[in-house]
Amino acid sequence: MSDLLLRVSNLKTVIGSGDSPVRVVDGLDLEIRRGETFTLLGESGCGKSMSALSIMRLLPMGGHIIDGTVELDGVDLLKLPEQEMRRVRGGRMAMIFQEPMTSLNPVMSVGKQIAESVQLHDNLRGAAITKRVVELLDDVGIPDPERRAQEYPHQLSGGMKQRVMIAMALAGRPELLIADEPTTALDVTIQAQVLELMGRLKREYGMAILQITHDLGVVAESSDHLAVMYAGQVVERASCRGFFNKPLHPYSQKLFDSLPTEQKRDRPLSVIKGTVPPLDSQFIGCRFADRCDHVFDRCRSEVPQWDLLSEGQGVRCHLYDQIDPKVGTLCLPTETVVEPCEQEKRDKPTLLSVSDLKVHFPIYKGLFKRTVGAVKAVDGLSLAIKEGRTLALVGESGCGKTTVGKAILQLIRPTAGSAKFDGDELTQLSRSALRTRRRDMQIIFQDPVSSMNPRMLVGDIVAEGMVAQSIGVDHADRQERVERLLEQVGLPVSAINRYPHEFSGGQRQRICIARALAVNPRLIICDEPTSALDVSVQAQILNLLKSLQSELGLSYLFITHNISVVAYLAHEVAVMYLGRIVEQGTVEEVLQTPAHPYTQALLSAVPVPDPERAKERIHLQGDMPSPAVPPVGCHFHPRCPQATDLCKQAYPDRVVLSDTHTVYCIHTER
Amino acid sequence: MVLLSTDILIFLLLALAIGYALYARKHEHLRAPWSLVLRSKVGISCMVVLSFYILVGLLDSVHFHPTTKNGAPTGDVISLFDHLVTPLREQQEKTYSAPFAAHLYSKESIDLPDGGQIRGYPRLQWGGAHLEDPQQMRLADILSRTLAGAFEGLLIWLIIAAAFVARLASRESCSIGRLLHRLLDGRSEIPWHVMLYTLAIMLVLTFIALNLATHYHIMGTDKVGEDVFYQALKSIRTGLVIGTLTTLVMLPAAVLLGIMAGYFRGWVDDVIQYIYTTLSSIPGVLLIAAAILMLQVYMSNHADEFNSLVERADLRLLFLCLILGVTSWTGLCRLLRGEAMKLRETDYVQAATAFGVSHFTIITRHILPNVMHIVLISLVLDFSGLVLAEAVLSYVNIGVDPTMNSWGNMINSARMEMAREPVVWWSLVAALLFMFTLVLSANLFSDVVRDAFDPRLRQGK
Repeated sequence: MSDLLLRVSNLKTVIGSGDSPVRVVDGLDLEIRRGETFTLLGESGCGKSMSALSIMRLLPMGGHIIDGTVELDGVDLLKLPEQEMRRVRGGRMAMIFQEPMTSLNPVMSVGKQIAESVQLHDNLRGAAITKRVVELLDDVGIPDPERRAQEYPHQLSGGMKQRVMIAMALAGRPELLIADEPTTALDVTIQAQVLELMGRLKREYGMAILQITHDLGVVAESSDHLAVMYAGQVVERASCRGFFNKPLHPYSQKLFDSLPTEQKRDRPLSVIKGTVPPLDSQFIGCRFADRCDHVFDRCRSEVPQWDLLSEGQGVRCHLYDQIDPKVGTLCLPTETVVEPCEQEKRDKPTLLSVSDLKVHFPIYKGLFKRTVGAVKAVDGLSLAIKEGRTLALVGESGCGKTTVGKAILQLIRPTAGSAKFDGDELTQLSRSALRTRRRDMQIIFQDPVSSMNPRMLVGDIVAEGMVAQSIGVDHADRQERVERLLEQVGLPVSAINRYPHEFSGGQRQRICIARALAVNPRLIICDEPTSALDVSVQAQILNLLKSLQSELGLSYLFITHNISVVAYLAHEVAVMYLGRIVEQGTVEEVLQTPAHPYTQALLSAVPVPDPERAKERIHLQGDMPSPAVPPVGCHFHPRCPQATDLCKQAYPDRVVLSDTHTVYCIHTER
Repeated sequence: MVLLSTDILIFLLLALAIGYALYARKHEHLRAPWSLVLRSKVGISCMVVLSFYILVGLLDSVHFHPTTKNGAPTGDVISLFDHLVTPLREQQEKTYSAPFAAHLYSKESIDLPDGGQIRGYPRLQWGGAHLEDPQQMRLADILSRTLAGAFEGLLIWLIIAAAFVARLASRESCSIGRLLHRLLDGRSEIPWHVMLYTLAIMLVLTFIALNLATHYHIMGTDKVGEDVFYQALKSIRTGLVIGTLTTLVMLPAAVLLGIMAGYFRGWVDDVIQYIYTTLSSIPGVLLIAAAILMLQVYMSNHADEFNSLVERADLRLLFLCLILGVTSWTGLCRLLRGEAMKLRETDYVQAATAFGVSHFTIITRHILPNVMHIVLISLVLDFSGLVLAEAVLSYVNIGVDPTMNSWGNMINSARMEMAREPVVWWSLVAALLFMFTLVLSANLFSDVVRDAFDPRLRQGK
């Protein structure tokens, strides 16, 4: 048995036929050895998932493989009849998907679903199947597996569901596990659990893992070798360590440069101009040429060939054709014009102050819809934002971050508490007074697709707020303002007469920003504005937000779960857990010297794109409890590594660490 | 010119449809699904068939008082369609006669020229009257007329097709030869060849019918000797009126209440839900029967308020549409409530609220355009159901006025005819044939429309 498990060579997959089929995978070569984790890295639309589906021969309708071989242990999978292929799928190769919520059948207990795949691969009957199911569930680290096997998918949390998916994949004892963005839909603490689980299973089962991700941090944490994909092709292949030491391809380098970090706070992030070219176009020369900073004549006329450099590191770029001294100079970060876009002023007036805000959603039950309890989405939250500053509200999904944003804007009426904006008590304002007040506060949503009416022209979308707030004298005046706004956010004026779906995700988010700016707001609530975007596009949006802040003196309430964005953008940070703030302070205080155990765990779970940096990781057990029945005492104590009996008694008091830094934990020393 | 109340509503509907078409042309999100409908072979051929029905229906909706030969208006009300097919309308026999027959269907005593009497099947007054010896000449005559009709139909079709191809060629600026080649190979973006083939079939059938109907009763005659083919054609309008006006009547209530319930929630939702739950728990037929019987009583007590029988029948038809509308809006309302509930949580509605946009504007600008596809789909889907409902209601005598031509009334009278010996089958068959063609093409068309407008199905393509 050779060491080599999977060898893919010159794999070409197209979708559609006719004159211009979409070449989603265009000449993929890769080799995966037993027991290693191989990562396909790239932005959305680069053909990563299609590569995986081609290997499994599970292409969607209209897709077919036109060339190449996929050899699993010397057997060409592309030549196998479908019946035998079915045995290979799940048996020798298994796959897990990004979205665990939709990958499980909601009307079957998870035990039965796992039993299905067990039966397919093992010749077991009756009690033996149940035993094997429990064994598998135990393997993937699900506590109390006998009971969990009886439960239905909706009774499990997202992380649990992903574990169940992995258990199903393991049922056939696969030699190769293909994981398509297995942790993208999960929170960082859960992501850390799942990544660790996959690493453990890889060792125990001796499998190879083909992992697909866009997250450099995840790559650094878990993989041995990787390939960077761009526009259907692999542009760089390297060992993990080699790649993070010295990314070769200009695209890889740009990916690193566009990651927001604390060190880059004082300057704009470097961005990749343009977008991924459409895959149905004819390529002459390098596919990255139009977006590359190092482009020269040859790039546009000649297709770059594969250059094998030292230790298995290869790159597809003309810059490396001859092994020349250029390589050394290339890796210098491309220095863009550095403009300090921030002045340190702390004594600005407070724009928004929220105190003891509560949003409870009643739970009705029974025939007469009696209120039997409440989901305490936000339960006594206080924060303040100064003019021209950014407060980041950090927390995992389900902790009530989004509800806070909507409650401040009075889109959801708070149950109790106050929100003072520039002296006005928002919760008490009359309907008409609130309507005029709304021009000062705006919101940008996470999903740029659903935040614009697909039936309206971009011009009308941007002008909507101006019409509602009677800004601008007449239609022509507003139109002129819309044009100015679009220019301000970096879009062509011609966008006015187009529909939102004609734009890419990043451009749509720019339109949303323009729409928010149209009414001259002073505070913008940004609800995860970049989490649906690719890294390079995220960099553009962050740059835009930052420059708008310095130009217009805007304040942001930045709701996010992405710590690196916080480090890059925020001035102050508030960490939220289960409807309450557990720690609050300036960005340096919270990120450098986190005091609350939850903050510490959260920060340690964030994958860092640097395989060299060994980290002390604090593992959190389990998931966030339901906000309908928060734990008694400190909400965090069931998961807290430092919890003592005292923590179960009462919710901890506020501990002031400095003028700006406060924390709610009894274990903190002043 | 006489304007019946349903005529007014039909032309209002036509104006609305034209207005919608003009509006949709300018808006890409509306144009795109319709062009998908056009690109479907089933869709385009159904459209051709339906347009024949609609043409007959529209011609039958222009009413006027006919003038006698000396120019004096009469009290009757006839439609433009009646006028066009005057021979069909006026060539009445005495009683039943079979399709293409030259003799009556029942024996009568015939006066012989020599004064004697025999019992036999008398010659028809109109059907096959031009033949000297029907026994010998009928088949040849029918065949020659059929051929002539087919030839005329093809000729007209060729003229239309040539004009169409020439126009298409000039619009796409390519030579006629190349365009024809492309059309025949089925490589044009919109399957024009399918449209032209369907048109050919329809035109040939129409002209054959035209050629034969003037000299024969091609679908026989009924009890009072009226041409069944004419009755079936006249029923088209009734079917279309029921199918379309009912939806028009119920649409405002369903859309307004459904969106309000979903958007405002709270007590508004409670009240609206209460209304439609109550309404939909009353059996629809019961409600319709009660309403129609009440109207009958009213009409017989106020007989002098109606100028003509046609007007009376028309009022009953309108009333039937109203009451059918009242009983059928709840389904759409429920659908729209759910959709509005989903839409009010979308980010763009939230963003609009954050701008302080008023509720009314949010509903008209953000909610309504985004539920229109549902309205359209249910409108088209309901159509065939309503046409069938009319037939059922008329069968149990609570449908349209017995004097009005409708497929339901034809089927109702066929009840007695089927029990006769020998059986009179042609009324039933004619009604079924016409109704079947309409409902089948409407159903196929609605499937295509639903596929084109349903965003979930569209994503898969």
